[in-house]
Amino acid sequence: MPELLSVRNLKIEATSYPPGEPPKCITIVDGVSFDLQKGKVLGLIGESGAGKSTIGLSALAYGRGGAEITGGEVSLNGTNILALGKTGIRKVRGAHVCYVAQSAAAAFNPAHRLGDQVIEASVKHGLMTKDEARKRALYLFRVLGLPNPETFGDRFPHQVSGGQLQRAMTAMALCPNPELIVFDEPTTALDVTTQIDVLAAIKHAIEETDTAALYITHDLAVVAQISDDIMVLRYGKTVEYGSVQQIIEAPTQDYTRALVNVRQTAREEAPDQSQALLKVDNVSAQYSNGFKVLHGVSLHLCKGQTLAIVGESGSGKSTLARVITGLLPPSDGNITFEGKALTPELKRRPRDELRRIQLIYQMADTAMNPRQTVRDIIGRPLTFYYGLRGAAKTARVKELLEQIEMSNGFIDRYPAELSGGQKQRVAIARALAAKPELILCDEPTSALDPLVAEGILKLLMKLQTESQLSYVFITHDIAIVRAIADSVAVMHRGRLVRFGPKSQALSPPFDDYTDLLLKSVPEMELGWLERVLTSRRMASAGN
Amino acid sequence: MSNPVETESLPDQRFRERFPLLALLIERMLLSLLLLVAVSVLIFGGVEALPGDFATTYLGQSATPQAVANIRAELGLDRPVVSRYFEWLAGAFQGDFGTSWASRNSVSEQVGNRLGNSLFLAGFAAVISVPLAVGLGMLSVHFRNRMPDKIINVISLAAISLPEFFIGYLLILYFAVNFGVATFPATVYEGMGFIERLKAIALPTATLVLVVLAHMMRMTRAAILSVMSSAYMETAELKGLSAFRAIVKHAAPNALAPIINVVALNLAYLVVGVVVVEVVFVYPGMGQYMVDAVTVRDMPVVQACGLIFAAVYIFLNMLADILAIVANPRLRHPR
Repeated sequence: MPELLSVRNLKIEATSYPPGEPPKCITIVDGVSFDLQKGKVLGLIGESGAGKSTIGLSALAYGRGGAEITGGEVSLNGTNILALGKTGIRKVRGAHVCYVAQSAAAAFNPAHRLGDQVIEASVKHGLMTKDEARKRALYLFRVLGLPNPETFGDRFPHQVSGGQLQRAMTAMALCPNPELIVFDEPTTALDVTTQIDVLAAIKHAIEETDTAALYITHDLAVVAQISDDIMVLRYGKTVEYGSVQQIIEAPTQDYTRALVNVRQTAREEAPDQSQALLKVDNVSAQYSNGFKVLHGVSLHLCKGQTLAIVGESGSGKSTLARVITGLLPPSDGNITFEGKALTPELKRRPRDELRRIQLIYQMADTAMNPRQTVRDIIGRPLTFYYGLRGAAKTARVKELLEQIEMSNGFIDRYPAELSGGQKQRVAIARALAAKPELILCDEPTSALDPLVAEGILKLLMKLQTESQLSYVFITHDIAIVRAIADSVAVMHRGRLVRFGPKSQALSPPFDDYTDLLLKSVPEMELGWLERVLTSRRMASAGN
Repeated sequence: MSNPVETESLPDQRFRERFPLLALLIERMLLSLLLLVAVSVLIFGGVEALPGDFATTYLGQSATPQAVANIRAELGLDRPVVSRYFEWLAGAFQGDFGTSWASRNSVSEQVGNRLGNSLFLAGFAAVISVPLAVGLGMLSVHFRNRMPDKIINVISLAAISLPEFFIGYLLILYFAVNFGVATFPATVYEGMGFIERLKAIALPTATLVLVVLAHMMRMTRAAILSVMSSAYMETAELKGLSAFRAIVKHAAPNALAPIINVVALNLAYLVVGVVVVEVVFVYPGMGQYMVDAVTVRDMPVVQACGLIFAAVYIFLNMLADILAIVANPRLRHPR
C-alpha cells in the first residue's frame, strides 16, 4: 500500500534570542522519520519541548514562531511538500491536510459565526459550493454529536462550551474531506468527563470518513485509545516507534517504560481519620454579585494527612480553597483550625494564623516575582514571620533548598532560569519557610509533564512524613488522588457530592456523578474507550 | 446552573440579561450626560472663582463703587450663584448662551460662526491624518522591524515630541517666510471660495496632522500586530487562505475596535487642541474667540466655549466607546 505521508530525516531549527547573548540556533527536531498510511492514526507523544507539535505542523509545511524546516523531506502522496512554493503549499493546507489546535477557543475567530468558519476552507479551495459545504457541515455536526446541529453553525465561538468548540474545530478540519488531519492536543484543555465525549467523537469521525491522522498528546493513556502506531519523542528525537500494542505492553526503552508506568506509586490511607485539624462546617459562599458558588460544604482533614478535592472546572474546588485562606469569606457556616475558629477575612487574620496555612499554586510562574532571585523568594516569609536577616536567612534558605532537593547553586537564580518543575519546588520551599501546618495545593502538578509531576508528588509526600504536614490537594486528576490521598472530597457545581476515606469514596456504590467521573479517566489499556462507550450505551438502553 | 429562586432578580437586571448591548449603550450615554453636567458645574464654578471682575476691568480708572454696582446689577451679578447657574444651564441646553458682556452681541451667534471655522479646520486635518495614520500603520506592520518601519517610527515620534505651537512657528518660518509658498496669517472670511479657504488653512492643518499622526499610527500598528499574532490568524493561514483574505476577513474585524477608539480620541484632541494652533495662526475659530474673551474677562463667552469644547470631547469619547462596544461580537450576540 502506498504511503500517504512519508517523513524522512526531518530537521527543524529555530533561532533563539537569549537576553544579553548573541542569537543561538536551536535544533527542535532532529532526524525524525515515519510513515502514515491512508485511514491510519499515528500518535506522537512526549513531554513539552519534545518537538511533537513542531513535527505535526511540518505536515503542513508550517513553522510556528520562527521555527524553520531546515532538512529532510515531507512527502504527501509522493510529492515533497517542502519544495512547493507559497502558492503551492496554500493549495495543500486546508484542502489535503487540516489542523486541529489545542485551544479551539483561541483558534476560532471571535468575529465570525462558527458555520462560516467551518466551511470557509472547503469553499475557498473550490472543493464544494457553499450549499454543499453547509450540508457537509451539518452532517459532521451530527456525527460529532453537537447539540442542535441545524442551528449550531449560526452561533459565535463565545456562545458555545469548550468541549463543543473542540468538536466544531474537528468538524472544520473534516469538512474539506482532507486526507490527513493533525490533532494537536485536542482534549488537553478539557475536563475528563468532556474529554471522553470529544475523544469518542473524534474517533468515530475518523473511522466514518476514513481520514488519516497525526494525534499529538502528552497523555499516553489517551493516545492508546485512538492510534494504530505510536512514536515516543524526547528532545526532538525518536525514542521509540512501534504499534500501540508493542509500546503499551512491551516497551523496549527505559523512557517509554517510565511513561507507561508513571503513577504506580500509591500509598495506603491513614487508618485513623477522626482527629480533625481543619474542619469545614456547612460552609456556603457567594460572589459580591450574589452568585452562589458553594452550597453547604462540610468536610474535615486530620493532622499529617492529605485531603484530595476532586472536580471539574467550575465545581467550586478552588473556591473552597479561597474560602479556607480567607480570600473569599464564607457567607454561611464556619471553619475551625485545631479546634479554634479561623478568622473569616484574610485582612483581619493575625500573623500566626496566616503562617499556619500556606498555598502552592498551579502556575508557579505567575506566583513568583520574575525580578526576584530564589534567595529573595524563599527568604521573604523567613523575614516576615521569623524576622530572619543576613547570614541566618541565607543559612535557612540553603536548608530549605536541600529539603526540596535542589543544590545551593540555585540560590541566586531568577525564576526565568528555572525549569517548570524547579519553579514549583521553589514555590514549595517558600510555603515551607513559614513552617506551616497546612498547605493548600491548588493543582500544583497539572501544568507539568508526567514524570516531572511525579517527582513533585514524591517530594510532597516525603515532606509530609518528615514534618507532619497536612495537605488539601485540589486536582482534577483521579490518578493523583489514588496515589496520595487519605480522604477524598468530590465536588460538582458548588456542592459536595461525596466525602470520606479514600477506600470508601473511591469504591462502589457510587453516586451518579462520581461514577461518571471515575469512568471518564482514560486508562492505559487498549480498548478502554470502546468498553466504556459500550457500557454507557447499554446503560442508556436499559433505562 | 442555579435554581430558579436564585435567578429571580430585579426588572433592571432582567433587562440587562436580555439586552446587554442596549443596556450598556444606554448606560454609556447617561454617563456622558452626567459627565457633561459635572463639567458645566466645574466651568461655571471655575469662572466664578476667578479673581478680578468684569465691571472693574471694564470701567478701568472710572471704577467708582457706584458704577461697579450699577454694572453688576445690569449683568445680574448681584443675584445668587446657584440661580444664575441654573438659568445659564437651562439656556445652554436650548442653545442660548446669553449675551457677551464686552460686545453685547448674542454669544450663540458668534459661536455659531466660529465653531464652523474650527470644525472645518479640525475636520480637514482629520480627513488627511486618519487615512494617513492607518496607512502608515499598516505599512510599518508590513515592514515590521525593518528600515521603513523604523523611519516611520522615528519621524512620527519626533513630531509628537514637539509642542504644536513650536511646530506651527517652524512651518511659518520655512513655508511662509523663507520659501513663501504658504499664506500667513490664516485668515478666512465669509464668502471666501473653498479653494481659497483650503490654501489659507494649509499650515495650521499641517501642524495638527503632525501632532496627532504619531499616536494614531502607533496604535494602529500595535492593534494590527496583536491581532496578527493571535491563534485564529494561524488557523487562517493553515486553512490555506491567501494573505489578502486572511487580513480582510479575519484580522480587520478584530483590529477595528482599537483603531476606531484611538481615531475618535485623536479627533477629540484635534477639536480641543485647535485652540493653541488657532492663536498661532490667527485663525478666526473658537480657540481664538475664547482666548480673546479671557483677556477682557467676558465670562459668558468663556463659559460657552468651555462647555462646547467639553461637549465635543465627551461626545467623541462616547462615540469611540459605543463603536467599540458595538464591534464586540460577545456583546452583539449574547449567550
